[in-house]
Amino acid sequence: MAAAQQNRIRNFCIIAHIDHGKSTLADRIIEKTGLLTSREMQAQILDNMDLERERGITIKAQAVRTVYKANDGQEYVFNMIDTPGHVDFNYEVSRSLAACDGAVLVVDASQGIEAQTLANVYMALDHDLDVFPVLNKIDLPSAEPERVVEEIEDVIGIEAHDAPRISAKTGLNVEAVLEAIVEKIPAPAGDPEAPLQALIFDSLYDSYKGVIVFFRVKEGTVKRGDKVRMMATGAVEEVVEVGYFGAGQFLPCEELSAGMVGYLTASIKNVKDTAVGDTITHADRPCKQALPGYKKVTSMVYCGLYPSDGARYNDLRDALEKLQLNDASLFFEPETSLALGFGFRCGFLGLLHLEVIQERLEREYNLDLVTTAPGVVYHVFKKNGEKLELTNPSNLPDPTEIEYMEEPIVSAEIMVTTEFVGAIMKLCQERRGVYLGMEYMEATRALLKYELPLNEIIYDFFDALKSRSRGYASFDYELKGYEKSELVKLDILVNKEEVDALSFIVHAESAYERGRRMCEKLKDEIPRQLFEIPIQAAIGGKIIARETVKAMRKDVLAKCYGGDISRKKKLLEKQKEGKKRMRQVGNVEIPQKAFMSVLKLDDE
Amino acid sequence: MMNKKNMELYVHIPFCARKCAYCDFLSFPGNKRMQQEYTEQLLEEIKYQSAYTREYQVISIFIGGGTPSILETNQMTAILNALNNQFDIHPEAEITMEANPGTVTSEALIQYKRAGVNRISMGLQSADDKELGYLGRIHTYDEFLKSYQRVRMAGFDNVNVDLISAIPGQTVESWKNTLKKVTMLKPEHISAYSLIVEEGTPFYDRYGDHVEMDNDSMTREERRRLMSLPELPDEDMEREMYYLTREFLKEQGYERYEISNYSRKGYECRHNIGYWTGVEYLGLGLGSSSYMEGCRYHNTASYQDYINGSFERKEEFDKLFRQEFEHLSIEEKMEEYMFLGLRLIEGVSAHGFVSSFGQNIRHVYGPILDKLEQEGLMELKEGFYRLTERGIDISNYVMSQFLL
Repeated sequence: MAAAQQNRIRNFCIIAHIDHGKSTLADRIIEKTGLLTSREMQAQILDNMDLERERGITIKAQAVRTVYKANDGQEYVFNMIDTPGHVDFNYEVSRSLAACDGAVLVVDASQGIEAQTLANVYMALDHDLDVFPVLNKIDLPSAEPERVVEEIEDVIGIEAHDAPRISAKTGLNVEAVLEAIVEKIPAPAGDPEAPLQALIFDSLYDSYKGVIVFFRVKEGTVKRGDKVRMMATGAVEEVVEVGYFGAGQFLPCEELSAGMVGYLTASIKNVKDTAVGDTITHADRPCKQALPGYKKVTSMVYCGLYPSDGARYNDLRDALEKLQLNDASLFFEPETSLALGFGFRCGFLGLLHLEVIQERLEREYNLDLVTTAPGVVYHVFKKNGEKLELTNPSNLPDPTEIEYMEEPIVSAEIMVTTEFVGAIMKLCQERRGVYLGMEYMEATRALLKYELPLNEIIYDFFDALKSRSRGYASFDYELKGYEKSELVKLDILVNKEEVDALSFIVHAESAYERGRRMCEKLKDEIPRQLFEIPIQAAIGGKIIARETVKAMRKDVLAKCYGGDISRKKKLLEKQKEGKKRMRQVGNVEIPQKAFMSVLKLDDE
Repeated sequence: MMNKKNMELYVHIPFCARKCAYCDFLSFPGNKRMQQEYTEQLLEEIKYQSAYTREYQVISIFIGGGTPSILETNQMTAILNALNNQFDIHPEAEITMEANPGTVTSEALIQYKRAGVNRISMGLQSADDKELGYLGRIHTYDEFLKSYQRVRMAGFDNVNVDLISAIPGQTVESWKNTLKKVTMLKPEHISAYSLIVEEGTPFYDRYGDHVEMDNDSMTREERRRLMSLPELPDEDMEREMYYLTREFLKEQGYERYEISNYSRKGYECRHNIGYWTGVEYLGLGLGSSSYMEGCRYHNTASYQDYINGSFERKEEFDKLFRQEFEHLSIEEKMEEYMFLGLRLIEGVSAHGFVSSFGQNIRHVYGPILDKLEQEGLMELKEGFYRLTERGIDISNYVMSQFLL
């Protein structure tokens, strides 16, 4: 590719907090660059999964190539790379950023900067991206552009006075963004003749083409028929097709060279072979060094997934396999629970990832699932010198064999308006947080820094944060490492029988409180049965809390005449349906949702 | 015609003087004009519906409501005459009419009797005037007594009295007092229900699981009154009342033959036993349900639709008088055989099961019967599977197990 053409490429991403209008702006850019007519526009082109649209977030990174005819009369190729919008997907975000040369920072002109925006901006700056801000939602009555401009300059330290003030929704002033992209984002560098060095930032499984690898060429050129090697995974394949991303479609081309963004297919069967962050090079003329930043993705949160209907175990396995084709960060292996039967221990990037997978299994594969309490990976150091990575509380060795245990700790940043600082600090303290410091963003907003055990934030921390700040707090974290901790396994006994699926690991200090709340919760969840049912929480055989479900005293319909029969039958059917959703543990029936009740213990 | 099949008739009169706070029946106050137009339409319906029942003989009729006795006497006799003319009614058929205290005159009762009514069912509910007030009844105990005398004077020798236990403010003592007062009158039959707090009733607003604070149909005054009602007796007290009912009525010569029904020997309500043993029945009037030819359906519950309904075109007829039409499968019939039959104290007959379905009951329900027997909820006695006392207490749990 001629240098003049490389000159007219702009590889960029859009950084924004959830709801600040990233997808809407992306749509407008695609529309205004004229590759598509308005008629062809879907409401939101980048977010093509229903689930994402409903949640207003983007899970899988994708990219779109458009052509913009600038005021200087030249045509520019825009490669817009989308980034996932949640803390669970931080690593994917970092790889997407690494594929760009610049970033557009979208800030809601009434909301200002949020913790997560900040985290992503810092990440972009770390990747040496040129970042320029755009003020969105300028048409809202609550917009305060002057305040937000100052905030951007104070907090992030980038020039914001000439930031385009736009409304992505109405399309107001979006042209200014397009011109700014041409002017402020540098053209890519790189030598098309050098050995191939391309960064994978995403991949996608297609049942016809196999894995479709999304990448940015840093150096060299790749074309059909080339034999390429994934440097980290070692997979070697022959390239079947290379091309660009149209909006919502793949456009094959001859070759892709330094500075360009596109895809390739090579009859790859598994996305595991094309890990995000890996470097593609030629098998016969490899580059000297892989691109920096590659990390093996590890699961942070584990839980058991069981089919409600045991007969659908194989369906669940098939569905997990299919999802995994597209999602290398999803881990699963078979496990068995006395209470729940056959299922899988699954690993996720975070709780959102877990929820997304769970919902997709239920929605797309029509599976009814029982989920056990999510937990993190603990390091168990045994007295005999063995080290164990514990993902399922049931596998915890006998306490007498354990020397000590470690739990994962994250560094968290919470941005909150000053009036809620007290409430949030209290929350962090309750969650065993270690206060690191606080910075004032402006007079009314502060950034709290804490170290928090991961197992304290995976259940309901985000909800608690939102409810204690009336929705104003935002939150970002990254794994810091493992630290020694006093951990115990809390067992739940229902009618004197231990229910393995309800066990969880908890810090010794909060064990009593958790056990008590768990018993209370289960008492409400377990319906009365023919006999009295004790519900107990125990640590190492010692009972620390107890509740009782009283025996069913009365369940009778006094009247049933000619007009009542159909209605009465529906009532009995409902009762029977309810029973179906129960799990038999010993001689007690436990409703499936009880297994998830541990998730919602923070009732404030 | 020889060997006609048996059937029953239910006739619904939706009007009442005032709706009671616990009542979820299809009933409402109606003026003279409505009563007249309703009677006319009902007569029309009787004419058309009866055309489908040529192969049947009617063994019982139940005229319920609402308050049937609120109709003008000539309206009621017109209805009774129409039934007599259009259906083949067995000479010994049990013909019950509900009559609420305070709505019956001696003259009317004599007319009913003349038109064929041979059983009167009276809604007393409680012999305590304060409790009657809580329920929203329009009569006092004294008024009931007067009506009861009139019913007896008119020559009715088969009378039922409806009672409700576990009502607001009721104590075991006051319930026993009600039972005492009523048994002294020696009615042939007593229905004694535990109050059911039904959705959509004012009682549901007050006592239901989900308190709904917005009920437009109530004035502020009514709401204040409702909310000031005393609490319901708790579950333990409710069961105590139930056990007391059984014991006390037994002493007084009333045998419990169904979960909530008691009678002197030979005075069991044949009509209701029909519901529990799978006899076919045709419902006439607003919202009434039918079970004919193995199908369940019901009439429209919309008063306007009912009044304006036409019987001429089959399509429209089906739309208004065959609602939620469902044809029962063999399995569904078995389910009903069990959960309805088990309401009877004698239980369900194993022999009857075979003759109805050509299969041994144990073949279909063996393991469930064994399990329930083991749990002490059912027992087998002289070829009948029946609920134990504990089984009655939690009969929904038991009955739900018989759904296939």
